[in-house]
Amino acid sequence: MKLAVPRGALFGETLDLLDAAGFDTAELRGDSRSLIFEIPGLTLVTMRPSDVPTYVESGAADVGITGKDVLLEQSDRVLYELLDLGYGRCRWDLAARTGNDRLAEAQRRLGMMRIATSYPRIAERYFESTGRQIELIEVRGSVELAPLVGLGDGIVDLVATGRTLEENELEIREEIVECTARFVANRVAHKLRAAEIDELTAKLREASQR
Amino acid sequence: MIHPIPPGTRDVLPDEMRELRKLQLALIEVFEARGYGEVATPAIEYDEVMSRGDGRTARSSYRFFDESGELLALRSDMTVPIARLVASRFASGEPPYRLCYLASTYRVVRPQRGQMRELLQAGVELIGASPAEGTVEVIEVLEAALDVAGLDRAVIGLGDADLYRQLLEELGVEAEARDSVLASLATHDLVGLEQKLLEAGIGAEQASTCVQLTQLRGGSEVLERARGLGGAAVERAISRIGETYEELERRGAAGRVQIDLGLLRDLGYYSGAILEVYDPAVGHVLGGGGRYDGLMKRFGLDLSAAGFALYLERVHTAQMEESRRGRGES
Repeated sequence: MKLAVPRGALFGETLDLLDAAGFDTAELRGDSRSLIFEIPGLTLVTMRPSDVPTYVESGAADVGITGKDVLLEQSDRVLYELLDLGYGRCRWDLAARTGNDRLAEAQRRLGMMRIATSYPRIAERYFESTGRQIELIEVRGSVELAPLVGLGDGIVDLVATGRTLEENELEIREEIVECTARFVANRVAHKLRAAEIDELTAKLREASQR
Repeated sequence: MIHPIPPGTRDVLPDEMRELRKLQLALIEVFEARGYGEVATPAIEYDEVMSRGDGRTARSSYRFFDESGELLALRSDMTVPIARLVASRFASGEPPYRLCYLASTYRVVRPQRGQMRELLQAGVELIGASPAEGTVEVIEVLEAALDVAGLDRAVIGLGDADLYRQLLEELGVEAEARDSVLASLATHDLVGLEQKLLEAGIGAEQASTCVQLTQLRGGSEVLERARGLGGAAVERAISRIGETYEELERRGAAGRVQIDLGLLRDLGYYSGAILEVYDPAVGHVLGGGGRYDGLMKRFGLDLSAAGFALYLERVHTAQMEESRRGRGES
């Protein structure tokens, strides 16, 4: 069975979880440039967290681990979301410049806020569900930069500790949604490899609650 | 010079067409041999006809006006046009009616996802047979179709469309809470499902039972385990599934059928048994179907009905993957 493992922020804790579930991930902790690792009982395929839904949906990986933030942003992917693994906690926030009322003024006088984000769907859905209109500005890199130089009135971004915001003189205005790592499965694999997937789910559930 | 075609459509060139045609002919031959006569319907219907199937989910994505201002729709599935055909052409006939088709249907696509806007389907509809026998017969035809396509490893998932509607009713989950629970079910978000059940005021134990129920899939032992999870709605669903499964076993046709209490189809007209087709070589569903006992009534003919459709391009992909596997390649 192939498990898609997210590199980046979730990598370390994902390996810890797999260790706790009885798999040996020592090989992945080295500085190997390989992307695929065969360990007893599993094939681990490492990739960017945002690629995990793509690989799992197509069946190139049977199961995977990625953040709920990624799943929400790619909510049209057909996946089975089997477990909340509890780690990798972060939150989406609406932030704006500290002590600046630009956001509120734009909303009041222009009827519309300009929001910079790299998560357009989350942002759009949030403002729609709260009955407010926005002009969406999609940026890829450091979103914090945008309002500092006048691109947008506020930002929607993932916040882990809040330090990046603070250092850029931004403050949280609204908390949108909290996210943790999730265990997902391919739709066909979930049916045809039922016993294996149920067993792995049980192991991960137990390890994540420890 | 390159002249583009719309995303999600494609041209078929001779090498592929030869294989596709062979598959199509083999399938139609299987259907005809079992008494299913082939029909064709127009690719465009009145929008009112397509919406009658299911206003929300089966509604066509492509609608336009004709020269006299009528709203037309490009068909999004074949079951609804065939229900319309039977109601208008066979109103005074002798049911059951056995019909099959080979037709393109049209769906919206999400950009850059490799999805097809134009989808070739082959399938059957059995209209007016008794529910228990009808389901079994349709599954047998589907098995014969998979056999002739050479997909020996393909599996048919058998579930029940009414299970969760009835279960939620029994648990007293209604209105908005019910819709949001069903939405989590439909997207297979088990984390969200448990959360929403708790929000709807269901006890933690019952919520976890509900989530466990969606994970039950396998042979007849699944029914026993479901029975252990309890409730009248569960009991009703497993007796319906059990009846079908036992009949399949008696006929020696249960081998590739997997009972699946987590199965859901996104088309709103299904009731009772629902089917889905998988092959281990491809990550996508190859087809599906089930009972749609209420649909004919919406066209003024009170007949029970069942059918299935196979997505031919995906079946063809599975054929190629399976033959590569047979040659020991990957």
